[in-house]
Amino acid sequence: MHYTGRALRVGDHIDTDAIIPARYLVTSDPAELGAKCMSGLEEGWVDQVRPDDILVGGVNFGCGSSREHAPIAILGAGIKVVVAASFARIFYRNAFNVGLPLLEIGEDVNDIRHDHRLDVDTESGIIRNLTTGRTYTCPPLPSSIRDIISAGGLEGYVRQKVAERG
Amino acid sequence: MAFTLAQKLLARHARDIASDADLAPGRIVTCALSLTLVNDITGPLCISSMKAMGVDRVFDRTKTVFVMDHFTPQKDIASAEQVMISRRFAEEQNLAHYYEGGDAGVEHALLPEQGLVGPGDLVIGADSHTCTYGGVGAFATGMGSADVAAGMALGETWFRVPESIRVEFTGTLPEYLGGKDLILWLIGQIGVDGARYKALEFGGSAIDALPVDGRMTIANMAIEAGGKCGLFAADAATLAYCKNAGRSGDTPISADPGAVYEQTLVCDVSTLEPQVACPHIPSNVKPVSAVKDVTINQVIIGSCTNGRISDMRAAASVLKGRTVKKGLRCIVLPATPAVWKQALREGLVETFLEAGCVMGPASCGPCLGGHLGILGGGERAVSTTNRNFRGRMGSLDSEVYLAGPAVAAASAVTGVITDPGTL
Repeated sequence: MHYTGRALRVGDHIDTDAIIPARYLVTSDPAELGAKCMSGLEEGWVDQVRPDDILVGGVNFGCGSSREHAPIAILGAGIKVVVAASFARIFYRNAFNVGLPLLEIGEDVNDIRHDHRLDVDTESGIIRNLTTGRTYTCPPLPSSIRDIISAGGLEGYVRQKVAERG
Repeated sequence: MAFTLAQKLLARHARDIASDADLAPGRIVTCALSLTLVNDITGPLCISSMKAMGVDRVFDRTKTVFVMDHFTPQKDIASAEQVMISRRFAEEQNLAHYYEGGDAGVEHALLPEQGLVGPGDLVIGADSHTCTYGGVGAFATGMGSADVAAGMALGETWFRVPESIRVEFTGTLPEYLGGKDLILWLIGQIGVDGARYKALEFGGSAIDALPVDGRMTIANMAIEAGGKCGLFAADAATLAYCKNAGRSGDTPISADPGAVYEQTLVCDVSTLEPQVACPHIPSNVKPVSAVKDVTINQVIIGSCTNGRISDMRAAASVLKGRTVKKGLRCIVLPATPAVWKQALREGLVETFLEAGCVMGPASCGPCLGGHLGILGGGERAVSTTNRNFRGRMGSLDSEVYLAGPAVAAASAVTGVITDPGTL
């Protein structure tokens, strides 16, 4: 998939309590969760999100709890892709499972400023910074994640496996 | 090849390995699961994922565990209705292990106590603190609801074989210190992403001498260093713990001599002071003497980190014959019904009540800012829980200091963060 949009910059160690505080975990609805996205970072944070925005974090993005509500809240806020220096492991699996692609680019992320325009290609893992002209590359995804993506997500992947078993 | 504990445990369950090389760090392996777990927050998402996967039966009704522990006793209409979704599913599936109400406790204290996890097991749970079971020699890790749904459907999941960091605790633990101080010290050293994607493996003479409760406290917070799991060898103490929990047939398990570690850290605990993690990140760790006069409004003693009977004893020994500072609320939540009963039998509950503590139910409640002890703007807590992210326990303008039960109890007495040794 291909995404072009503005970089919405957040910092290091953005935890799942910041992404979606626990008191909102009484629903699984993406729109309801999306309306509170990042409210643990700043009340009303979501109001600045514009269509096509690309969320850009620092190191260890998504650390903390296993709540899948976190990537669902990001999707619910209208953000379709996240770029960061690194991701916490549970969040990493969760995001791909719910259809939120992530690109891990290490220190290169420091080059990306709020409002830079980015062009992200998830298949090649190449990100072009249209503001500075620089290019960043995300290393290839683990084979297990690629299998899930090619099955159209985890749900399709499990359906396929169940069918194989008869 | 000499294997780390992580490799050895994964090898026991791996379905697709042809040679030792397939267990090299970074490789992806598919493993059969011993147990899958969700709670009242992650259960409903897991159930809807399973439905979307077209799966109508769990892989094994005896290996699927639902524990209603976060927003329970049901704190409001929405959380009551979330529990109803899980309860209905458990009935439909005839699950052997559905816990609610008087059967329920904080999941990661409850499962080992009920004998549902033990040495050599491979467990995934839709709760990040599932890593607690490393304390009894299980490879256990948190995943999201969809991953656990897939595990409940297929009885297997994929793992990236982790690199391992070996942590050796040597020497003798001073009075008032426990597992919490050791894991806080470690997180202070390596940071909240120091073990990201990796396994932490603990050993050394101080660990050999540490009761299983304390090992579970350490394993519990492996995730706070970004770790996939926190592992302990299963030794005589583990086997005795598991036998007492009603299990049989468990055997010792340990890493192979000569296993390769990415890094080894050694700490002599003999001179360690009680440790405190300051706001707003679990790696902001200081010895208690460096934060001693910080005033507080609330103390929480409980949770999957420090809600076991040994934690109740540690807190009660400090509170015995003393009183909670006027105007401060000290809330004690024994983590399971069995811990509650034992604390009652030993007179600990009386000690807490005499001191002026509030006794709460076996619930996660305040740890994640759910209920039963929320902080208002400007308020500050000392808590035996595991996370102190901004706003974790209530207002974005509140603060949480993480500590062990003895420091928490001493601080409840004075109203400022206190080293119990100075009382």
